[in-house]
Amino acid sequence: MAKHLLERLLGPVTLALLALTFWFGLWVTPPDKVQGNLARLVYVHPSVAWVALYVSFGTATIASVLYLWTRTRSMVMDRVAHCAMELSVLFIVLTLITGSIWGRPTWGVWWAWDARLTSTAILGVLALGYLALRRANDDPALRARRSAVFAILAAINVPIIHFSVDWWKTLHQGATVFGEGRHLKIHGLMAGTLLISFVGFTLLFFWLLRARYRLEVQREALTTATLDDALATRRREGAMQ
Amino acid sequence: MIRTAWLVAAKDLRIEMRSRVLLWQVVPFGVIALLLCGLALGPAHAGRSSAGPGLYYLVTLLVTLLMVNRSQAVERSPGTKSSVATLGLDPAGVFLGKSLALAIELWVTGLVLLAGAVLVLHTALHGAIVALPSIVVTLGALAAAGTLYGALTAGGETTATLLPVLCLPAFAPLLIAGERSFYDALHGGSLLGWWVIVVVALVSYLAMGILLYGVLED
Repeated sequence: MAKHLLERLLGPVTLALLALTFWFGLWVTPPDKVQGNLARLVYVHPSVAWVALYVSFGTATIASVLYLWTRTRSMVMDRVAHCAMELSVLFIVLTLITGSIWGRPTWGVWWAWDARLTSTAILGVLALGYLALRRANDDPALRARRSAVFAILAAINVPIIHFSVDWWKTLHQGATVFGEGRHLKIHGLMAGTLLISFVGFTLLFFWLLRARYRLEVQREALTTATLDDALATRRREGAMQ
Repeated sequence: MIRTAWLVAAKDLRIEMRSRVLLWQVVPFGVIALLLCGLALGPAHAGRSSAGPGLYYLVTLLVTLLMVNRSQAVERSPGTKSSVATLGLDPAGVFLGKSLALAIELWVTGLVLLAGAVLVLHTALHGAIVALPSIVVTLGALAAAGTLYGALTAGGETTATLLPVLCLPAFAPLLIAGERSFYDALHGGSLLGWWVIVVVALVSYLAMGILLYGVLED
């Protein structure tokens, strides 16, 4: 009952939080002292990047590990990893686009060969590679096994992206929310809006994941039904001859 | 595991010695690619370009792709897979053996290409010698990663096209670290930071391979 209610509420709550984010971000919060209205992108870009790198890629990696672990191995884990990786591609592209929109007026270029940008783009290509790998294998068990291994290998890139701003001298700024010693760098209404944005985009990911998962289950059922129909037709043809 | 690794490495190297694909196909391809890099830079710039280390590693990556494909192709001949399964070889040992054989082939090719870079791109000989240890470790990491990714794409109809899509993004950090350490060796910079990255990558890929190769071979 509670699960059913949560599922029903997920969509409306997500939409409400995203609407709040855009209302607060565009109209209620003040412009930044240095960057002016450009700083309003902070209510979108870090949250989208958080979902792209940690929530969606993390979900895909954990589901892949659980698939490879024999005790928890099931096609559910494989489906979750697949759907999360598809969403990861979407959110990585959004991260790069929103970053570019911020970079053009700030750095003067749409793209810079910066460690954080480059490693994020590489992660995007790896996620596309994951989807290509899935399409190349028809056997479901082999496909699931290979995809799971690849997802784990690709996840090595996530800590590299996270620490890239500390390891190398990058154009990209360091941590946005927390400074040294875990001190908050953003306060008041701006911090509140940022928090709503993080929760909103995280819920958006789970809402989309749920919808994509259902679609995948239906697609698999349709493929099986089509195959069964084709086999039945052939059998009927064989019986008539 | 170590005994299996030696056996598999010896088997792969013996096949390579007999077929001479490395000598007559892969190395000439690398040399041609290096010459083309020089032509692309133009006669006025090829000899004094700071792009030498990057071009060296770019050509090495292309050669690595060919060799990974080749390394997996020898396992696809009829009966090989069933024979390996019947022998009950330790998958971790098979991974280490194939990685070692690939690394040895890459080291040989890398040396030839390094000589080519000195000749064609006028890379300083002293710097190239200083860079040798970092090149050896980088090529070792490429071999371990390549073996793992090769097993991921093995057996399908799209192996030749899928392998670069999966491998090249994964090789990118190694390309950057290798190129930077080579560049620093040529210009007297500190090699330590890039060395650490390459060594960590080598150890990570070896550990991943030992853990996961069996899953791919099931």
